[in-house]
Amino acid sequence: MSRHKSTSMGAAARAWHRFKSNRRGYISLWILAILFGISLFAEVISNDKPLIVSYQGELYFPLLKNYPETHFGGDFVTETDYLDPFIREQLMTGENWALYPLNPYNFNTINYFARSPNPAAPSDQNFFGTDDRGRDVLARLIYGFRISVIFAFAVTAMIVVLGMMIGAIQGYFGGRIDLVGQRISEIWSSMPKLYLLIILASIFHPSLGLLILLLTVFGWMGMADYVRAEFLKGRNMDYVLSARALGLSNGAIMRRHIMPNAMTPVITFLPFELSGAILALTSLDFLGLGVPPSTPSIGELLAQGKENLDAWWLSLSAFLVLVGLLMLLSFIGEALREAMDTRKG
Amino acid sequence: MEEPPLLEIQNLSVAFGRSGDRTSVVEGVSFTIQPGEKLALVGESGSGKSVTALSILKLHDTTQTEYASGAIRFNGEELLQKSEREMRGIRGREIAMIFQEPMTALNPVYPIGKQLMEPLLLHEALDPRTARERVIGLLHKVGIQEPEKRIDAFPHMLSGGQRQRVMIAMALACRPKLLIADEPTTALDVTIQKQILELLDELQREFGMAVLMITHDLNMVRHFADSICVMERGKLVEQGRVSAVLESPQHPYTRKLLASEPEPLVSNEELAAFEQQAPLLVGNNVQCIFPIKSGFFRRTVGEVRAVDGVDIQLRPGETLGIVGESGSGKTTLGMTLLQLQNGDGAINFNGERIDAMSERDLRPLRKDMQVVFQDPFSSLSPRMTVEQIVGEGLALHFPYLGAGQRRERILHGLEEVGLDENMLHRYPHEFSGGQRQRIAIARVVVLEPKLVLLDEPTSALDISVQKQVLALLRDLQKRHGMSYLFITHDLKVIRSVAHRVLVMKQGRVVEQGATDKLFTNPEHPYTETLLQASLFREIS
Repeated sequence: MSRHKSTSMGAAARAWHRFKSNRRGYISLWILAILFGISLFAEVISNDKPLIVSYQGELYFPLLKNYPETHFGGDFVTETDYLDPFIREQLMTGENWALYPLNPYNFNTINYFARSPNPAAPSDQNFFGTDDRGRDVLARLIYGFRISVIFAFAVTAMIVVLGMMIGAIQGYFGGRIDLVGQRISEIWSSMPKLYLLIILASIFHPSLGLLILLLTVFGWMGMADYVRAEFLKGRNMDYVLSARALGLSNGAIMRRHIMPNAMTPVITFLPFELSGAILALTSLDFLGLGVPPSTPSIGELLAQGKENLDAWWLSLSAFLVLVGLLMLLSFIGEALREAMDTRKG
Repeated sequence: MEEPPLLEIQNLSVAFGRSGDRTSVVEGVSFTIQPGEKLALVGESGSGKSVTALSILKLHDTTQTEYASGAIRFNGEELLQKSEREMRGIRGREIAMIFQEPMTALNPVYPIGKQLMEPLLLHEALDPRTARERVIGLLHKVGIQEPEKRIDAFPHMLSGGQRQRVMIAMALACRPKLLIADEPTTALDVTIQKQILELLDELQREFGMAVLMITHDLNMVRHFADSICVMERGKLVEQGRVSAVLESPQHPYTRKLLASEPEPLVSNEELAAFEQQAPLLVGNNVQCIFPIKSGFFRRTVGEVRAVDGVDIQLRPGETLGIVGESGSGKTTLGMTLLQLQNGDGAINFNGERIDAMSERDLRPLRKDMQVVFQDPFSSLSPRMTVEQIVGEGLALHFPYLGAGQRRERILHGLEEVGLDENMLHRYPHEFSGGQRQRIAIARVVVLEPKLVLLDEPTSALDISVQKQVLALLRDLQKRHGMSYLFITHDLKVIRSVAHRVLVMKQGRVVEQGATDKLFTNPEHPYTETLLQASLFREIS
């Protein structure tokens, strides 16, 4: 049986085609994808442990296993500090060699051997300088970027799932369910989110998971509104009635017939939800209400920049990363919006 | 009659689209209209008939339109060269237009009198008092009762027919020399259609104006127009006197159009055989009543009896036509019978009482009672391929089928409705209206239902396609022994496919009986009115 795929493109394929025709958004998507892909391997790029050590004819993998200093001729049985000049020398002399990551600092590594006091300006030792506790700024940016993006993805995914479920139920069943749902969501969205976060952050031990949960719980209303409107429109379409006549269950109708046609606003808002989540995390961190203290975060770096106005490299580097990230997301969002506009052929 | 023509269109071509990427929609059309002549411009959707008419008034979006060649001369003046400002002086005063949809052509926030006075104040510089008197006179002329009161009514307070009358009054306000009527009766019920047509005829004679009527209804042309122009895909294929063209059409397309009036597809003999069988669907005293709620506490202050005590029986293999005008409750009745709409009354399907069943219990029975809707553009999910659309019901009701078997059945179903396997992976928007309706029928047929509710399945289609779809439906019925509940407002269609007919008015059945008998010998006066109006038994 010969199958002709012919020229027909699905709605999604045509949308992708339109998306690609917006060069700026398309390139932004690639840049973001590559940057995020790289940041996923942050441990290999920016770490205070060498990737491979060859010491006295034996291979060591410090990334995977802890070795006490005594292994490498040191005096203590504690974990090796590979940045210690003495250890370095040990690893580099004679037959021995060590392969260090590009940026030899982890996000929490304190450079005890820095030449200038903390915060130290950019130098060949620390490309972006160090913060006021002597930690490498570049390392913190790489790890902070990764956490921000993952955090944004997690929040957005949960908001989309929760918002779509609530919106779909409201819009599909309408009537009293819709009425009650709308009032609840109105009351819920008029809660002072920031104060609640401050209160909750002081009750619970702040962690990334808790923040994701809180931002989701207080952030689904907008998404639910859009999805609800689409479902209100969609449930009156003839193809929904014919699906009912076919004997499909409510769940199947919602999932298969209305949902695909209700996705337009959801997809269009994804980049903005993402940048909203990133900004929320950054500002919470900036206020000191966000992630636990040692976690690398752009917001915390900004706060440090505010504390140390003369250390321009702190605020500038964090600012540039943040602006770059948000700009990429805006460009992608713009292209997505155009892609969802079916009038553009 | 060698006087100069009122309107002369010469070799007109119109193209749409952005510059550089234009598609030609009208090519080399020429015709003339004499003063006082009634010309009908006939063609199917997409034939360019409305585009031609709109070009006369230059009502197209000028950035998207190009008048590639040709001339439009009105009273000897070239219209295509005129500026927008000059055109404004002609629109409404010299050439007026009425549109298909009277619901949307009137502004809902102004009373009709104000809207009617506007052209008078604008073009004739009358003072408001005289203008108001003229408007009352006009309303009287177009047959609006109590024009002194109605003049301050808002559009939503008028019925569809009354609104179309107001539109006509508005068009006639400045006594134009040419009236362009773009499908003026299509959106109206048949009995109203007839009245409006008679009104136009009367006014045309009184005012002595020329009328350019755009329509797809040849029956209407026969009874209204003097001459006819037939258009196909942007080209004018035939023109001449109505009697000459309709009696002996020259062009194959005209012949095809004329032949597309549906002809009887069922025979009376079958009826006797049906009587022997136990009915498939029985409805006793079926009711569907919508409460009217008002006030803060949503108290019920009244009710709309959409379906009011209907008894109905349908036997296996039979087609029961349900006819009625808009608002008569025919669709609501169909939806209630299939339990897609809540109602009262006992409904038995295939020996089971279905009106008391829950939605969940009903689901397995849905396989045997299916629906085909009026609008094939909205009844197919836009983001599903044909294979998914047709296969959805199969996956649900025949879960034991493997993927291969399912595909085989889908292909078989498509074959039955005259589509081929190339189309499996396409999306609905790539098909024409007729093809889409075939897909909708295929979706139903693959389930091998016992009963199919056809809700105006052909009204959205061009007449030549309409005939094909009717033949297909009849063919499938014979092959699979399905029963049809055929809802329509079009009596010609009903005569072609129904064994029995049920006439509804305001939620009640006024008459039912064998199609033949009902058409030749209607008993109820309403049936008679309906028949006269839709078959033009009397007019002219």
